[in-house]
Amino acid sequence: MRTDITKINERSPYTDLTEGLQLFAGGTSRLFRTGEWRTNTPVLDFDKCRQCLLCAPVCPDSSIPVKNGKRLDFDYDHCKGCGICAKACPFGAITMKEGIEA
Amino acid sequence: MMGNDYSLKTMMEKPERLSPGHRMCAGCGATIGVRAVLRALHEEDHAVIGNATGCLEVSSYMYPYSAWEDSYIHNAFENAGATLSGVETAYKVLKKKGKLGEKDNFKFITFGGDGGTYDIGFQSLSGAMERGHDMVYVCYDNGAYMNTGIQRSSATPMFADTTTTPAGKVSNGKIQYRKDLSSIIAEHYVSYVAQTTLTRDFKDLHRKAETAIYTKGAAFLNMMTPCPRGWRYEMSEIMEICRLAVETCYWPLFEVVEGKWILNYEPKKKLPIEDFLKPQGRFKHLFKPGNEHLIELFQQEVDKRWEDLQYRCAR
Amino acid sequence: MSRSRDEVVCSKSIPERMSGNEAVSYAVRQVNPDVMPAFPITPSTEIPQMVSSYIANGEIDTEFIPVESEHSAMSAAIGAEAAGARTMTATSSAGLALMWEELLLAASNRLPIVLTLVNRTLSGPININCDHSDGMGARDTGWIQIYSENNQEAYDNYIQAFPIAEDPRVHLPVMICQDGFITSHAVENIELLEDAPVKAFVGEYNPEEFLLNPGKPVSVGPYAVSAYSMEAKRAQEAAMERAGKVILEVAERFREMSGRSYGFFEEYRTEDAEYLMVIMGSAAGTAKAAVDMLREEGHKVGILKLRVFRPFPEKEIAEAIKRSGCKAVAIMDRCESYNGCSGPLGSEIPAALFRNKVMVETVNYIYGLAGRDFTVEHVQDVFAELEEVAQGNKEAPNHKYIGLRE
Repeated sequence: MRTDITKINERSPYTDLTEGLQLFAGGTSRLFRTGEWRTNTPVLDFDKCRQCLLCAPVCPDSSIPVKNGKRLDFDYDHCKGCGICAKACPFGAITMKEGIEA
Repeated sequence: MMGNDYSLKTMMEKPERLSPGHRMCAGCGATIGVRAVLRALHEEDHAVIGNATGCLEVSSYMYPYSAWEDSYIHNAFENAGATLSGVETAYKVLKKKGKLGEKDNFKFITFGGDGGTYDIGFQSLSGAMERGHDMVYVCYDNGAYMNTGIQRSSATPMFADTTTTPAGKVSNGKIQYRKDLSSIIAEHYVSYVAQTTLTRDFKDLHRKAETAIYTKGAAFLNMMTPCPRGWRYEMSEIMEICRLAVETCYWPLFEVVEGKWILNYEPKKKLPIEDFLKPQGRFKHLFKPGNEHLIELFQQEVDKRWEDLQYRCAR
Repeated sequence: MSRSRDEVVCSKSIPERMSGNEAVSYAVRQVNPDVMPAFPITPSTEIPQMVSSYIANGEIDTEFIPVESEHSAMSAAIGAEAAGARTMTATSSAGLALMWEELLLAASNRLPIVLTLVNRTLSGPININCDHSDGMGARDTGWIQIYSENNQEAYDNYIQAFPIAEDPRVHLPVMICQDGFITSHAVENIELLEDAPVKAFVGEYNPEEFLLNPGKPVSVGPYAVSAYSMEAKRAQEAAMERAGKVILEVAERFREMSGRSYGFFEEYRTEDAEYLMVIMGSAAGTAKAAVDMLREEGHKVGILKLRVFRPFPEKEIAEAIKRSGCKAVAIMDRCESYNGCSGPLGSEIPAALFRNKVMVETVNYIYGLAGRDFTVEHVQDVFAELEEVAQGNKEAPNHKYIGLRE
């Protein structure tokens, strides 16, 4: 009875919702794109990035993935463009660009 | 002591336990703090996360979207302590009855804002702490009822302009200073209490979260997480706001281990409180000519409490 | 949910003398629930005390949480039940009122918690004696409510509560009610059941999804936008509708084990009755005694004792009243609704009759508030008044108080 939330939507009849609106799954919010909220967009200059990773923990939206000790590009599906990472970068490798596009 | 081998790189490689796609505001401090707390969980351990009603709850589990990779329970506003104490007790029974394997270890962490923790959930928190459940209560303290629209709480600092203590022609904002909840919970003589906030490398928060989670018994973490909307500072400046809170001694970093008070950080040169107040719109009225005495009063309160804390830590 | 409840083990009867609180505590010992958070309140305090003694003597391995309030009792119960533990609590009066918000959450989160309620009046004025204002105040919280006439029923109903609540067709909390002091403290004869058949009857609790399921995370208690909230409430109501059938199935299995029969209500000498009284709880015993005396005098009177109040067996009540062919019905409320016209049963039973097109005269009486005595003579007076009303000699009084100084 694990939940596939792609089968639950605002047109589902009441009998198709999970009991007590419990969710038998974790991390389903990934399917919701908060990136659309963005009015400014962080852009990483990989040449300037020294991989100190000081940007990764300050992201409120878990949108700076880290793999093998290195940060990857932003998760633009979810980044809300707050700009905290740009301020945290000691090397000026992140700039905030106006608009939703990187 | 835990966390001495702390490496940001290693920590950031751990699988994320708070998924993106939650609906917290852009620049929210609470989720930055929550991520840091969850990173302190050892990867092999399971967790049940509790949550009082508040911003974090309504934004992180909006049906059918849950940001939590671990099991999660929200019950109501005023009972996160009691709710998680029930979960923790169930764990004890299921272990005792052999319904959970020896390697199936669960940790119990509950999050509440200052409304759910300092105020409406205070009794439930006190009860859970006094009973000594093996759990961590984390207060993400943003100093007002932000979810309902920035009303004052007992965690709101003096003179803050909130929607129920508005600064006006005959009002300078909130009259009272603030409740010192970290000390109150420490006076419960629980296993561990710490006060922390977001710092550049997150070592302080990480070490305290790990100690809280892995110390047997009840633990309380008071984590200051600024709210850009309620505090009215430029949202990208959150780390600087936190730094100023610590450097002015508005929000000292300390812990109480088995009743022993330890000061974790002493600024080389304590900054004047204006530095913390100035970037925040909620204190704008304090900087009008003729209101210098208000800032002075605020400074006196900070100084008094800082001295008290130093005294406790020197005992 | 997997449970080995298919086979019913018959039990010998063990005659004993006990109070209602002792009887329920004895059943708790037999069921051995996993978790019991509770906060003391008169007259239910003895239950957590006795359970604590069982635990202290190693007779059960229930974990007792000595919470700091009833609100926390139900909050902890919700946490424990969601985590996968069979959970119960006990309370009365203001304790239940303080739980109110959490009662709704236990039901909407579809958690099969069992609460044993020892009915006591709600303040104010503060008073420790029996009426049904506490249970009735929780009548729309989504809990199944079963009322007991005496210690025997409190015991039997408690044992049946778990299989009802935990049935996958239901998954709703159950409240087992008994009257404060009158039942909870009075020592009466009782037929107890043996431990093993009771344990087999209740079965192991193995929920399919729960918080402590390693590697299978569950999220409980969401924020739901309007597009989902109304559907969730309808689904909860559907579970309550299904509960009726399950209650009867469990009662049938209970009969096989114990020899004692239960339904939604008990019809006492209702066949050919011209005048009926609908009543709940311990006062039904008094009413039955009065009916026996009146029958001897030639009066055709009977009692419909309501056992299951939620789900409300609307159709069955209407049919039973119709079947009796009675001329008038006295509807007895041990609770004031403060709605200016009737008590809770005084509202719901006439509605049930009307919807099922059973047109019979009804008179609503309020009795026994805050422990006020209710006697055989009162019952006789009520039936006498019903007769007068039915014969057209008297206007039907509405919402009449019994035993009140006027």
